[in-house]
Parts: sequence; structure tokens; C-alpha cells
Amino acid sequence: MANLDTGGGEAKKGKPKKQTLRVDFTPMVDMNMLLITFFMFCTTLSKPQTMDIVLPTKDNAQMKDEDKTKVKESSAITVILGENDKIYCYEGQPDYENWQSVREMNYSGEGDQSLRNLLLGKNEKIVKEISKLKNDRYRKAINEEQFKEKSAEIKKDKDAPVVIIKPTDGSTYKNMVDVLDEMQICSIGRYAVVDMGEADSFLVQNYMEKGALSAQAAPKK
Amino acid sequence: MSKVKNKKHDTFIDMTAMSDMTVLLLTFFMLTANFIPKEPVQVMTPASVSEIKIPEYDVLTILIDPTGRVFLNLDKPEDKEAVLKAIGKAYNLPNFSKEQISSFRNQTSIGVSVRQLHEFLNKPMDEQDQMLKESGGVPTDTILGPSNQLAKWIELSKQANPSLALAIKADQQTPYPMVKKVFSTLQDLKENRYSLITTLRAMPAGL
Repeated sequence: MANLDTGGGEAKKGKPKKQTLRVDFTPMVDMNMLLITFFMFCTTLSKPQTMDIVLPTKDNAQMKDEDKTKVKESSAITVILGENDKIYCYEGQPDYENWQSVREMNYSGEGDQSLRNLLLGKNEKIVKEISKLKNDRYRKAINEEQFKEKSAEIKKDKDAPVVIIKPTDGSTYKNMVDVLDEMQICSIGRYAVVDMGEADSFLVQNYMEKGALSAQAAPKK
Repeated sequence: MSKVKNKKHDTFIDMTAMSDMTVLLLTFFMLTANFIPKEPVQVMTPASVSEIKIPEYDVLTILIDPTGRVFLNLDKPEDKEAVLKAIGKAYNLPNFSKEQISSFRNQTSIGVSVRQLHEFLNKPMDEQDQMLKESGGVPTDTILGPSNQLAKWIELSKQANPSLALAIKADQQTPYPMVKKVFSTLQDLKENRYSLITTLRAMPAGL
């Protein structure tokens, strides 16, 4: 391919000199390989993924108490992100006297102790509907836009659990992203990141000391 | 008698096909790749199943390293110039020279206190990178005010380019209080919508 026959047309007497002209491509290949290596090391092929998050504004002065949507007690799940990748979680109103109302969870996504299974169990109806919807999208029965519209509608369900995420100072950024991720996996539409209160710290401490502090809580009532 | 002819074999290997292939690969890489922006600190972003892509331009990236240092990264040089001038005005800094402005346009990260800006911009590029590595990042605070320079930078960047999107890129191991400080600054500025940069993780099966 890289050789060219010349001199074929020259009809001279005697020996027709055949010369082949060859271009050596080796240096070109070398150079290209170097360039490819450079591009492979210095660039990324995929753009980074992002997770959109909306936090409420701080000034609650304009917001009256009636405006705040009261969370139904039974549907609220409070998730406290503790130190050393631990999750403490309770449902509904906190029970300060009963330390066993707080449960310890993990991020693994498997087993009874995982946050995912708890949330999936609580949110069963919506998870089913969403997975049906995803199936439709996969079969191309609905397009991306319809999917988004419908899933937003499904997630608005009044009976769906509301998750309150409370990261403690001992938790890491990864913990927070992981929990937000669980919200997405478990199709939870309503969740909020809220600061820890004193009562929550008490709950965690009480849990860790296995109810030793319950006595302190009792007289308050 | 027949003589055994010793044919001279040519060991020339035709590289044309190979060259074709490498050029093709090279073209592919050049067209699809985007360069990794130079960052003063390496961060490992956490993984998530979210598949939303970051916008291509008009992004203000807030980089938080595990020790809580904050760096800013504005992608458009024009915006950077406008922001630098505005920052100079806000903190009553002496005017920036042309060289300093062009140095600021070329520098990808903002990560020093405004008092050090002049000194920083007078340095050559490699020394600037060194200084960024040693600096404490953009000073932050829990409340708004002159000491919260991060808030000022964000506010002025938003003024320079209202369509700017905010993205937070923090290391996995960053303690939450450090991230919270940035979140609360954004909340104070009434910037409620922003993205967290994550790497992709596969959605668990069956969901």
C-alpha cells in the first residue's frame, strides 16, 4: 500500500529499471500513538454526574406556621446520620423514654438492617408504580418527558413517607450523598435535610447507652 | 545443476493500515474528550445513581477538600475578569494591572484570601499553583459579612453572569460541618438550587 511502482512506463531498451517508492509510516504511527496516550491521560470521556438538590431559604420570617406542611406523624421517618457511617432512625414522633424506638441502620442496601429495605418497605406502592413506569420507558411505550411527568405525579402521593435527614457533625459528605441516593433509589419524593436538634442528640446518646438516659427524659413529661 | 537461489526477502512492514487506525482513534479521542480542569486539590467525589449531567458551560464549581478548604472555579474568562474587578471594588483593593488580569484569566482556581490577591497574581503560574496548594482556600464564615469571602465571590459571580449554575464538588471524606458551612452560605445568598457532583454508580437491579 505504501509503495509506488515507478518506471514501469519507461520503455527503454535493455533493462527497464523498476523502482519502488516506499513511504515509511513508522514514525507517523509512533507520533500518533504518543498523541493518543496523551489524550487518554489528560482528558475524561464522561462528564461528571450531578445530583440536584434544593434546600429551603433560611429566613423563615415570611413563612407562617400554617404554611409549613405538617408532616403526618405516621408517615415521617427520621434518619440521623451518625459517626463512623452509622445511621439511626425512628418513625413518627420520637419516644425519648424508650431507647428501642431508635434503630440502627446501615448503608449496605441488603439485609433487614439496611436503610434501603426499610424505605422500600414503607414506600412499596410508589416503588411498584415507578418500576412499572420504568418498564414502560424501557419498552419505549412512553418517552423521557412523559416519564418525568408521571413519576413526579406518583411521588406526590399524600400517603408516601416523608424522610427527614439529620446529619450530625460526625458524619461525612459521603454519608449525606449516600442517603440522598437512597431517596432516589427508593423513589421517595419528599425528603428534607434538617439540622440536628438537641433532642435528636439525646436520642442517639440514649440509644448508645442502651436507655441509661431514659430516666432523665421521664420527669420532663 | 540447479543453484539454490537465495532470495533476498524484504522485511518492510506496511504501516499504512496501522497509521489509519491510530489517526482514527486520535480523532475519536479529540472529538469526545473534555479536558480535566486543573485543580489545586484532588478530590474523590462520592457515587450516586443520579444520571443528570453537569451543564457544559456557565458553571461555578465550588471545590471542598477533606480538610474543609474551599476553592472556586469559574469557567468563562470574561466572567472572571468582571468578577475580579468587582471584588477589587468591594474590598477596596488597588486597581489590577493588565498583567494581573490576564494572569487571573489563565488561572483556573480561585483559592486565596482577597488580601493576598495582588501578591498571588504577580507570581508566575507554577508559583501560583504552589501557593494555592499551601493556602487555606477562600475564607468562609458561617454568617454573611466581609469575612465571608466565599459569599462575596459567589454573589459577584452571579451578578456578572446571572445564568451561572452552581455545582459543589466535595471529597467523600469531608466532614459534614465543612459542607454545611458552604450550604448555609448558599442559603444565605438565597441560592437554593445547586448540584452536587458525583460519579456514576449503577442502579441496583430490580428497582
